[in-house]
Amino acid sequence: MKVQRKTKLDSEIPTASMPDIIFMLLIFFMVTTVLREYSGLPISLPKAKRIEKLKSKRHTSHIWVSKEGLISIEDKLYQAESIRHVMYEKRVSDPQLVVSLKADERAKMGLVSDIHTELRKADALKLNYSSKTAVD
Amino acid sequence: MAGKKRRFKGGEIPTSSMADIAFLLLIFFLVTTTIDMDKGLGMVLPAEGEELEINKKNILNCLINSTGNVLLGGEGVEIKNLSKTIRQKLAENDKLVISVKAHKASSYKDYVRVIDQLKQANATRISIAESN
Repeated sequence: MKVQRKTKLDSEIPTASMPDIIFMLLIFFMVTTVLREYSGLPISLPKAKRIEKLKSKRHTSHIWVSKEGLISIEDKLYQAESIRHVMYEKRVSDPQLVVSLKADERAKMGLVSDIHTELRKADALKLNYSSKTAVD
Repeated sequence: MAGKKRRFKGGEIPTSSMADIAFLLLIFFLVTTTIDMDKGLGMVLPAEGEELEINKKNILNCLINSTGNVLLGGEGVEIKNLSKTIRQKLAENDKLVISVKAHKASSYKDYVRVIDQLKQANATRISIAESN
């Protein structure tokens, strides 16, 4: 004797709201993405303990300093004396600018000191010495 | 030109492929996003021409030489003991300004270590002297 099922069980995942969920994720990733990435120079960062996170990538500008003394901003090499012009323009277009100094741990302080002077001349005063977290 | 009017067949945008399009965009942004943030030691430089005169007894000189040795107020201190010493000195005089002066040929690594030690000692008044 064949028993007939009276009600058909609907066993489908509702797909109507799928685009909405995906759109939400999409918007999240769109907002958090910064498309411009610069490769910089090959460096090994120094280590430190009292580390702060940089608040926003949008307001951050990087200066790479290699151990040979090369200075790179946005993948272009600069002389120490011309940093002030580059950074001044950035400072004017973004008053919240934070400069992240990605210098090699073997870089010489004479050069870093020159960069300090240049940044002060360009009025880009918020500086961040990029470093890795030290573990002991 | 009087063409025959076509019958209106219901103007709906096909929504079945919407999810696919959104997925494609989603995957693109997933791939290009880097979540990890930059970390480092924060510092605010003084504005140009804003040199202040500070009472000599409130200044603590911290000199770094080219071999990475540190001289704190005339005494040699190991970098790893710096925060302890500075904390003591800050307890004695809370107006203390620590002036960090690094030799031109000293390495950036030692400088960052010194700044890190100062931050660990909760020193807020840090001055970076021009190295010469």
